[in-house]
Amino acid sequence: MGIALKSRVAAPQLPSQMACGDNQTGTNLPPRAGSLNGVIVPEQPGKNAIEVRGVRKVFGTGENQVAALDTVSVSIRENEFFTLLGPSGCGKTTLLRLIAGFDFPSAGEILLHGQDIAPLPPFKRPVNTVFQSYALFPHMTVAQNIGFGLEMLGRPKAEIEARVAQMLKLVKMEALKARRTSQISGGQQQRVALARALAPQPKVLLLDEPLSALDYKLRKEMQIELKRLQHETGITFIFVTHDQEEALTMSDRIAVMSAGRILQVGTPRDIYDRPAERFVADFIGETNFLAGTVISKKPGVATVKFANNATIAAGYPEGFEPSGEVTLVVRPEHADLTPDPVKGTIAGTLSNIVYFGTDTHYHVKLDGGENFIVRHQNSRSNPVIYETGTKVGIQFEEDAARVLKD
Amino acid sequence: MAEPRAIDIKDQPGFRSIAVICVLVLYVPVLILMIFSLNSGSLVTHWEGVTLGWYGSALLNEEFHSAARNTLIISVTATIVSTICATLAAIGMTRVKPWRGIAAAFMIINLPLMVPEIITAVATLSFFALIAGTFGLNFGIGNLVLAHTVFCIPFAYMPIRARLEDMDLTLEYAAADLYATPWNAFKRITLPLLVPGIMSGAALAFIVSFDDFTITQLVAGPGQTTLPLYIWNQIRRPMTPEINAISTILLLVSILFVSVSFLIARRRAK
Repeated sequence: MGIALKSRVAAPQLPSQMACGDNQTGTNLPPRAGSLNGVIVPEQPGKNAIEVRGVRKVFGTGENQVAALDTVSVSIRENEFFTLLGPSGCGKTTLLRLIAGFDFPSAGEILLHGQDIAPLPPFKRPVNTVFQSYALFPHMTVAQNIGFGLEMLGRPKAEIEARVAQMLKLVKMEALKARRTSQISGGQQQRVALARALAPQPKVLLLDEPLSALDYKLRKEMQIELKRLQHETGITFIFVTHDQEEALTMSDRIAVMSAGRILQVGTPRDIYDRPAERFVADFIGETNFLAGTVISKKPGVATVKFANNATIAAGYPEGFEPSGEVTLVVRPEHADLTPDPVKGTIAGTLSNIVYFGTDTHYHVKLDGGENFIVRHQNSRSNPVIYETGTKVGIQFEEDAARVLKD
Repeated sequence: MAEPRAIDIKDQPGFRSIAVICVLVLYVPVLILMIFSLNSGSLVTHWEGVTLGWYGSALLNEEFHSAARNTLIISVTATIVSTICATLAAIGMTRVKPWRGIAAAFMIINLPLMVPEIITAVATLSFFALIAGTFGLNFGIGNLVLAHTVFCIPFAYMPIRARLEDMDLTLEYAAADLYATPWNAFKRITLPLLVPGIMSGAALAFIVSFDDFTITQLVAGPGQTTLPLYIWNQIRRPMTPEINAISTILLLVSILFVSVSFLIARRRAK
C-alpha cells in the first residue's frame, strides 16, 4: 500500500472550495466560528486544543467507590498527535470517554479551545471518535456510514456527497462505497471508521486503541496511514493505546498513565531516555535498574556510587532532589560490554546470550547479585565474541544513567 | 463444507431413532388431519376418496366467515398494540441505568407466562364482570382485544428484549458521537436494528392470540365467536371433514405468517 497521496484535505474547507490553489503545507487553518446545529465551535482558537483541569472520575458509590481518574490535568496542543499510554485499567479510556462526552467527570473541567465542554452531551461536541470495535452501523453502506455525521449536522445533500467522496478517496475505499460494512475486511472497516469520524471535520479526533484488532502487518501499515491522515487533515489526534512501541513511533507527545494518574508527559524521546519514575521506565522498553547512593550533587546531575565503589554521573528529573539510596535506570543499548572486567564501571558474569536477528542481548549477573542486560546491534563487523560464563565488565555511555524519583 | 467435528451427537447410539420418533409423534397427527380434509366421505375416520368439496363448503360457510373476521380483528389489533407496549417496555428495561426493582419489573412483565392460563382467564372474566357491574361498561369485542393484548405482551417482549441486549451499545455511542440527538440515534440506529426482534415478537404475539382458546372461551360474549371457539363448537356435533378443512386453512395461515416474518427477519439481519 502506498502512503503518498498528494491531495491534501484541508480541515474546515468545503470540497467546492478546494480548487482555490491550496498547496500550503501549514495545517493550522482557522476553525469556522459560530454554532452549527447547536454544536459549539469556538470563536478564537487558543494554543491548546484540549485542556483537562483537575478531572476526577469516580465510579460506584459508598464503599465500592473506585477512582478511575485521580485528579488528572493535561494540555493537548493543536495539531498534535497526542497519545495516552498505559496498561489496561489505568484510566486512559475513561479520560477519552470524558472528552468524547460518553461519561461526565465527577470533578474538574475539560476545555476545548478554552471553552468548558464537560457538561455537554456527546452530540454537541465537535469531537469525533474512532472506536476500538469500529462500531460501524451494520444496516448502512460504507458511504452512508461516512455521511452519517454530516447528515445529523443537517448539511446539504450535495455537500455530504462531495465530502463522502473526498473521504472515500482519502482512505482509498472508493471501490467499496456501496458495500455493507459486514462485507468488508477488518482493515477496510478500520478505514471506514476513520473516514466516518473525520468526515465532519472535528476539532479533535479521539482514537480508542483503533489498531488493536488488526494483525501485525496491517497494524504497521495503519500506523503510517494514521500519521499521514493526521498530517493531511491537520486535526488534533488523541490516541489511546497500551502498546508502547505504537506510542513511540506515532506520537508527538505521550502521557504515560497508571492507576488513574498521569505520571509523565513528554516527547517519545523524553519518555524513553529520561523516564521520571520507575513505572514509566519499566513500562516503556527494556530497562535495567541499579541501586546506588548519592554522594554529591550539582544542578541536574548527581554523582552516584555503586556497591563496588565505582561512581557514575546521572541526571535526575526536574523538581526532585535525589539523596541517599536511589534507583538508577540504564537502557540496555546505552551500555557496552568489555572483555576486561576491571575496565568496566561494574562487572559480572555473562549468564545468557539471546540472539534477536537485528540485535543480541547479553544477560549479565552482576557481582552484587543484580541482573543487567546489554543490547548489541548486530552487524557484519560486530560478531558475537563472548561466551556465557565469562567475566565481563560493563561500561556506560555518557548520560546513560538516570536517577528515578522512587 | 465444514470440517468434520470431533464430537458429533448424531453418532451417539439411539440418537437417530429417538429423533425420528419425536418428529413422527409431532407431525403424523397433523398430517392425518390434513389428509382427511380431502376425504370425500362424511366421516373423519373412514377414508373413501379424494375431494376438495369440504374446502368449498368451509369457505362458503357464513359462521366460519364471521369467526375468521372476529379472529382477525382481535389478533391483528392485539398484535399491534402488544408489540408496541413490549417494544417500549424492552427499551425501558435495557436502555436505562440499573434501578432498584428492575428485577421485580422483569418478573412482573413475564409473570403472565408462568401463571396457568385458566387462572388468567377467570381473573379476566371477573375483571370484566366487575367493571360491567360497577360502571355498566361493556366494550363488546373490545373486551377480547384488551384481554388478548395483555397476555400477548410477554410473548412479544422476549425476542425484542433479547435483540436489544445483543445489540452493541457502542453503536448508540457512535451515533451520539456523530451528532445524532437521542431521538435521531433511536430512529436511525436502534430502531432499524431492532426490526428483526420486533418482527419475531409480533409473529409470536399474533400466533398466541390467533389460537387462544381458554381466555377467549371465558371472556367472549354472544356473536364474538373466534376460529378456535368455532372449531370447538363444531366438534361437539357429529364431525365432518369440513372441520379438517378449516383446521388445515388455519394451519396454512399460521405457517405462512411465521415463514414471512422469519424471512423478513433473516433478510434484515444480514
